[in-house]
Amino acid sequence: MSSTFDVVADVIAQTSEIPREKITPESHAIDDLGIDSLDFLDIVFALDKKFGIKIPLEQWTQEVNAGKASVEEYFLLKNLCAHIDDLVAKKNA
Amino acid sequence: MRLEYFQMIDRIVDFDAATGRIHAKAFVPETSPVFEGHFPGYPIMPGVLLIETMAQASGFLILGLNGLSRMPFFAGCKKAKFRRFIEPGAELDVYATLSHDGSGFAVTEAKIEQNGPVCEAELTLKVMDFPAPELVENMRARVQQIGLTPVGDVA
Repeated sequence: MSSTFDVVADVIAQTSEIPREKITPESHAIDDLGIDSLDFLDIVFALDKKFGIKIPLEQWTQEVNAGKASVEEYFLLKNLCAHIDDLVAKKNA
Repeated sequence: MRLEYFQMIDRIVDFDAATGRIHAKAFVPETSPVFEGHFPGYPIMPGVLLIETMAQASGFLILGLNGLSRMPFFAGCKKAKFRRFIEPGAELDVYATLSHDGSGFAVTEAKIEQNGPVCEAELTLKVMDFPAPELVENMRARVQQIGLTPVGDVA
């Protein structure tokens, strides 16, 4: 069974045409991978479908814009994967 | 259709909030400056305007579902296929189905028919708060004009 990171990295590679080997858990989706906001919609769409969840992208963006969370909290891939795992766990609870 | 004003949808035939589907009519004008350039002596609807027509049907679907609370903006198009040319005067059936309701975005499957398939695409729309009060009023007037009753709209 693929790890959450493997699924996320595969989705990013397919959606944004970024070489898969450049994507690591320490990659920053914006600063390192250069994913823009519209590309991120496609990625979140694919992740929502893959995991059967609804990633609260608007809430995360609002928290970052309001200074309540760091950009890394949601857009560093290892942190993004941890949040996805939480959402999946809540869905299955 | 008023091509020069980007008003592509003329009438809502059916809006089903339960299944997330909309069916609209779009009447291609007999004449338009658009056809003077596209193309001289051989007027046909530009493919980009057919995509815009599907995007607007999708937008009205989302406005109907969210009760005119937030505004959809066209953000992406995938898997677009054009199967035949559309000439001035054509009557088009435009369909859109919500395939995903995301956080701040929505994805639809849309198509146009005219006695058979014309085109189809998967469309992404960014959904956000209305950026200007006049836009809310404009959209409210437009949905009334085309006969769409949004969910929860008792006006």
